[in-house]
Amino acid sequence: MVETGHFALVLAFALSLVQFVLPLVGARTGDARLMATAGPVAVTGFAMTAISFAALTVAYMLSDFSVLNVVENSHSQKPMLYKITGTWGNHEGSMLLWVLILTFFGALVASFGRNLPATLRANVLAIQGLIGSAFFLFIIATSNPFVRVSPAPIEGQDLNPILQDVGLAIHPPLLYLGYVGFSVCFSFAIAALIEGRIDAAWARWVRPWTLAAWIFLTGGIAMGSYWAYYELGWGGFWFWDPVENASFMPWLAGTALLHSAIVMERRSALKIWTLLLAIMAFSLSLLGTFLVRSGVLTSVHAFATDPARGVFILMILVFFIGGALMLFAWRAQTLTPGGIFAPISREGALVLNNLFLSTAVTTVLVGTLYPLVLESITGEKISVGEPFFNLTFGPLMVPLLLAVPFGPLLAWKRADLWAASQRLVFAFGGAVLVMLVTYSFVDRASVLAAFGIGLGTWLVLGAITDLATKSGLGSVSPGIALRRFAGLPRSAYGTALAHLGVGLTTLGVVGVMSLQTEHILTMKPGESVPVAGYEIRFEGLQPYRGPNYTEDQGRFLLMDSSGRTLTEIVSAKRFYPARQMPTTEAGIATRGVSQVYVALGDAVDGGGIVVRIWWKPLVTLIWLGCVVMMVGGSLSLLDRRLRIGAPAKRRKRLAAAEATA
Amino acid sequence: MMKRKRKRLTIIAGGLTFLGAAAGLTFYALGEKSSYFYMPADLTTASIAPGQRIRLGGLVEEGSVERGSGTRVAFGVEDGAGKVKVVYDGILPDLFREGQGVVTEGTLGGDGVFVADSVLAKHDETYMPKEVADSLKAQGVWQPE
Repeated sequence: MVETGHFALVLAFALSLVQFVLPLVGARTGDARLMATAGPVAVTGFAMTAISFAALTVAYMLSDFSVLNVVENSHSQKPMLYKITGTWGNHEGSMLLWVLILTFFGALVASFGRNLPATLRANVLAIQGLIGSAFFLFIIATSNPFVRVSPAPIEGQDLNPILQDVGLAIHPPLLYLGYVGFSVCFSFAIAALIEGRIDAAWARWVRPWTLAAWIFLTGGIAMGSYWAYYELGWGGFWFWDPVENASFMPWLAGTALLHSAIVMERRSALKIWTLLLAIMAFSLSLLGTFLVRSGVLTSVHAFATDPARGVFILMILVFFIGGALMLFAWRAQTLTPGGIFAPISREGALVLNNLFLSTAVTTVLVGTLYPLVLESITGEKISVGEPFFNLTFGPLMVPLLLAVPFGPLLAWKRADLWAASQRLVFAFGGAVLVMLVTYSFVDRASVLAAFGIGLGTWLVLGAITDLATKSGLGSVSPGIALRRFAGLPRSAYGTALAHLGVGLTTLGVVGVMSLQTEHILTMKPGESVPVAGYEIRFEGLQPYRGPNYTEDQGRFLLMDSSGRTLTEIVSAKRFYPARQMPTTEAGIATRGVSQVYVALGDAVDGGGIVVRIWWKPLVTLIWLGCVVMMVGGSLSLLDRRLRIGAPAKRRKRLAAAEATA
Repeated sequence: MMKRKRKRLTIIAGGLTFLGAAAGLTFYALGEKSSYFYMPADLTTASIAPGQRIRLGGLVEEGSVERGSGTRVAFGVEDGAGKVKVVYDGILPDLFREGQGVVTEGTLGGDGVFVADSVLAKHDETYMPKEVADSLKAQGVWQPE
């Protein structure tokens, strides 16, 4: 079984080379048969990678300790879910997941791109093949998950306990679907450069892929953030850790790309810029892969560090980013530039969005890479953390978020800013009201906190205003407005929901950052402490035995001010004997959109235990907002105008309807 | 035509001003808000302004951990060539142990005691904070596990 997987992996590598060479030559010489090989080869390559991945998964499920990778990262007593997710909870397995998703996207392009121009489709798949072959070679040469070990040990070394969590089942696959999804945009951009032709139709083909990648990346980042929040026991949702930044940069670039592709699709403008963004989004994904996989960083994500791997990925990185940018510099001027337009217009607003987002990417990039560059030049070690990003990223986001509600209300070509402002009067009034209420009635709310809450409200109300305006609420009767609302294109809901989600996330971030309270104290059983209007009583510690760990569970009762018990909170110190490693299992109680977060510290002399309790107001909105953004993105993706080949389907449906009529 | 040209110039000038401001802010923030990493041995020679945030890394000295009242704790951080007393008020990370690598962040007081506001230990038993490992290797006191 393991050998089958190994063999399939090598076959997939060979197929990726075929997928690169044949269609590229075919597109160059105009040979239809060569170009036609791209599709079937891409699908077969995906099948081979899937077989390879399945073989490794089975080795994990059966705890096959003759495979080195399984020995190093699994344990026979681990629950089945973590045996399966352990497949990608290590360097080798996660790279295999990476190429699995890459070939999956290749197969999708092959299946859904049937009505793309033949040469474009061949070139896109060829570039996908080239990316694939580089990473297959990397896996086979430096990170082969199928290496055997003899004699096989009786027991494995277990997976890092921090990774033994459902989060591992969801976070990496979603993140990779996002990262790697941008490879399709990249391939489309390179194909356009090779052909020297780019038009509005190109943007229409690229946008669904960008959107899909963006949706997954949003989910992946949100999931990672929530996982870190409850698993690491620090109660933080974002640390500006280089690895987090590595996933955030492609997200920012992808968001910019989504917006600029709209301009290109509708107005044939910003062509070259959009092309560059498509290249940058995937380049930043590659940079993320390099930062995480090369071990140059200190992070929970850096599993094993091996200089050879770092150099190999760096070479892949330089090859693709350098190659793409060189091709861009060489070919971009041959592309026909798009039109120009008035600054106050929908496209003007989208350019503003791009200006802010791309500057934000640059700031995050500088903050992430500066310590690495400085250390390699001067040997000085510095850390660039939250204070840096708060000072640079924050000021960039505020004007951008303030401008968001205006964007969708502006018309294409030439818009009336005054008219848009009038429509936003209610949203503005509402935001100011919330701001004043927050400042006057919420304890400890600073001016900045009140402003932040007002900003979030402004975004939420702005998104609602957008939908209300598009339905004609106020200018037509409510009945007609309701009907118009129901008839709005899905992409209109998509935009509004995505912007609403940004508002919710903003509210959550501001709520936690400026209004949370922290209590660190020593508690003995029976003692209680008031937290944010609740009473928390410590009931005592109880030992508990899990499948591959032991833990001391601290039981707490959450009571309202009158002493009525609302819920029980269990917070634990867990110990994994296989790795001799303790972890903190935080106890969390959700009240509305806020949470009470309890983490246990060390026991002190005299029978008490150190307890850390946070009141995290609005915290769940951070991730809820991301879910709303994903729903918005999905609605947009389902918009018929965006689907490739949709007109053909509609014609067919019409024809069918006529036939039955 | 003239008007259009001027409009375009205004936009370009605006964009450049914006980028300049962003770049300025970034460099200011890099200078002000990044913290340097030191080992205990470096502290005797380094000139650190009072109140400047730094990161201090090393090994937790054996037998040095003293628990005060509540959540206050004091411990020594050493690197073979020097040691510094660190005080911290909070919960220590799960993997904080005597003789193990640690990175603390905070400010150095006038009395030579380091006041930490965050303490990071290594993430698992095979892993040592990278800065600490590199520095220990450079000083020749690194013992691979």
